[in-house]
Amino acid sequence: MLEAMNSSHNTSIASRGLGRRFGELDAVAGIDLDISSGEIYGLLGPNGAGKSTTVRMLCTLLGPTTGSATVAGLDIVDDSDDVRLRIGAALQEAALDPKQTGRQLLWLQGRLYGLTAAEVETRVTDLIAMIDIGEAIDRPIETYSGGMRRRLDLAAALVHNPEVLFLDEPTTGLDPVSRTRVWDEVRRLNEEIGMTILLTTQYLEEADSLAHRVGIIDGGRLVAEGTPAELKRQVADDLIVARIEGDTRHAATVLAGVAGVRVVDTTDDEVTVSSQDGAATVGPVAVALAEAQIVLSDLTLRTPTLDDVYLEMTGNRLQADEPAGEVV
Amino acid sequence: MSATMVTSPTSAPTIRARPTGFIHDVSTIAGRALRAVPREPEAVIPPVVIAVFFFVVNLATFGQLTEGSIEGFDYTAFQMPTAILLGVTGVSRAPSLVLDVQNGYLDRLLMTPMRRIAILLGHFVADMAVAMGLAIPILILGFVLGAGFETGVLGVVVFLVMAAMWSLAFAGFGYAVALKTGNPAAVQSVFLLFFPFLFLTTSYVPRSELSGWLDTVAALNPVTYLLEGLRSLTTEGWSIDLVWGLLAIVAVGALSMSMCMAALKGRVNAA
Repeated sequence: MLEAMNSSHNTSIASRGLGRRFGELDAVAGIDLDISSGEIYGLLGPNGAGKSTTVRMLCTLLGPTTGSATVAGLDIVDDSDDVRLRIGAALQEAALDPKQTGRQLLWLQGRLYGLTAAEVETRVTDLIAMIDIGEAIDRPIETYSGGMRRRLDLAAALVHNPEVLFLDEPTTGLDPVSRTRVWDEVRRLNEEIGMTILLTTQYLEEADSLAHRVGIIDGGRLVAEGTPAELKRQVADDLIVARIEGDTRHAATVLAGVAGVRVVDTTDDEVTVSSQDGAATVGPVAVALAEAQIVLSDLTLRTPTLDDVYLEMTGNRLQADEPAGEVV
Repeated sequence: MSATMVTSPTSAPTIRARPTGFIHDVSTIAGRALRAVPREPEAVIPPVVIAVFFFVVNLATFGQLTEGSIEGFDYTAFQMPTAILLGVTGVSRAPSLVLDVQNGYLDRLLMTPMRRIAILLGHFVADMAVAMGLAIPILILGFVLGAGFETGVLGVVVFLVMAAMWSLAFAGFGYAVALKTGNPAAVQSVFLLFFPFLFLTTSYVPRSELSGWLDTVAALNPVTYLLEGLRSLTTEGWSIDLVWGLLAIVAVGALSMSMCMAALKGRVNAA
């Protein structure tokens, strides 16, 4: 079935029921993916959702306990050696040898991928220009900042020009400026070279900004999938978010009866109201809350975000969109 | 530090990964391991110093005693294999493999197309080279102190190779623990094996001078046969003891390497 899918849709990554169990825990509980060649696919979910385990299976680092998958048309179990020729990966923690210099590490990577000395030299020169860490490239990696390590790790993943690139939370720990620059490079790799990229993230903005399609993963399952616009359309309505000082359940009961209100969701201190016409509904909502003597700290009207999609699909907010950035 | 990430040239996409040969993989990993040795002199200098120290002190302590009580006995030649085993036993890159596990670099290696067994074999090749390098100064000291080789230059070569093989056989336990646990403390604890292997044997006096439980234990200790094999090269010439010595290495090596391969398989399958 996977072969048929690969050939008919030019699929770069495909999986059917891909799962991984650790003891009693289903870290990944059967995921179906179809990622086309040249696509950037974002796997969005919180810590522990199964993102990294999925990537480790697709990178042949971890055997699946159920299901199957192909990468670049090759089975990740039966053809794992050939898969490794075609993929590059920057995992969640930068996988570097701190005792080597950056240049030594890139050279070793090139040699292990079968590149000739001249090819390695070309690639190392290109990649050093890309990651722009200056003279530090000849210093031991243990002297690098976290941001420099992440960029070197990305360079190591690219030394052999992989067809498929896996990026597991590529900007976690980076400051906003470095994060934007990583996004630019990811877009460039995709647009100029046509590299297929699967990236995992817990940052809504990252998924929204970078990915052609997003898969929302929760509890080891893919709960929604589509372009960011498609996913937002699933939520469809405008959203009125009321931050409440007090009992949100009481506020939800009050708002459920307001004209124009379709769905009411509550989180810790917020009540989120969906409405087809937010502009017309926000006034009555404010009035209803005031009449019920519910104290508001904030009332906003906005269009849906991926976080709203996540809330709709899982009942929880992702709440990881603004990491503490590291200055590099 | 600027964090600028500029657009890289796009001419390079023609450069692609290709399968590599097994020898290429092993030599590449061995090269990396050997390049790390000068950065970590603390891993290789103390074993040589300890070996030289015991060599000299043991000669001063037991030389006269043993040569006086056993006719024709050459204690310098007797002690040289002990000193060399002291120098090469436990010297390995297993601690660096633990670091690779801990900092995730092993994952990066495992994602390359290289054969996974080459990761271990590359380290083994490096370990044998280092062991031979460490044995040479001790051997030179032995020559300076008057030890000779009944088996000539070829015997010296065989002696060095056997010392390196033993070093590798012992190191296998460290690699197995490194791959199984990824824990530096657990790898260090393997050094405890050093004491029964090297001291419950004929390290200081010949088997004929041992008695009671120590003689019994020494008879069961493969290092006893290894030492006798090495000593046969220095004092007797080519003899059956050499074969027993090689078999002792093979027995210990078979055990440690089996553990190693099982640990590698476990890590690759369950990482």
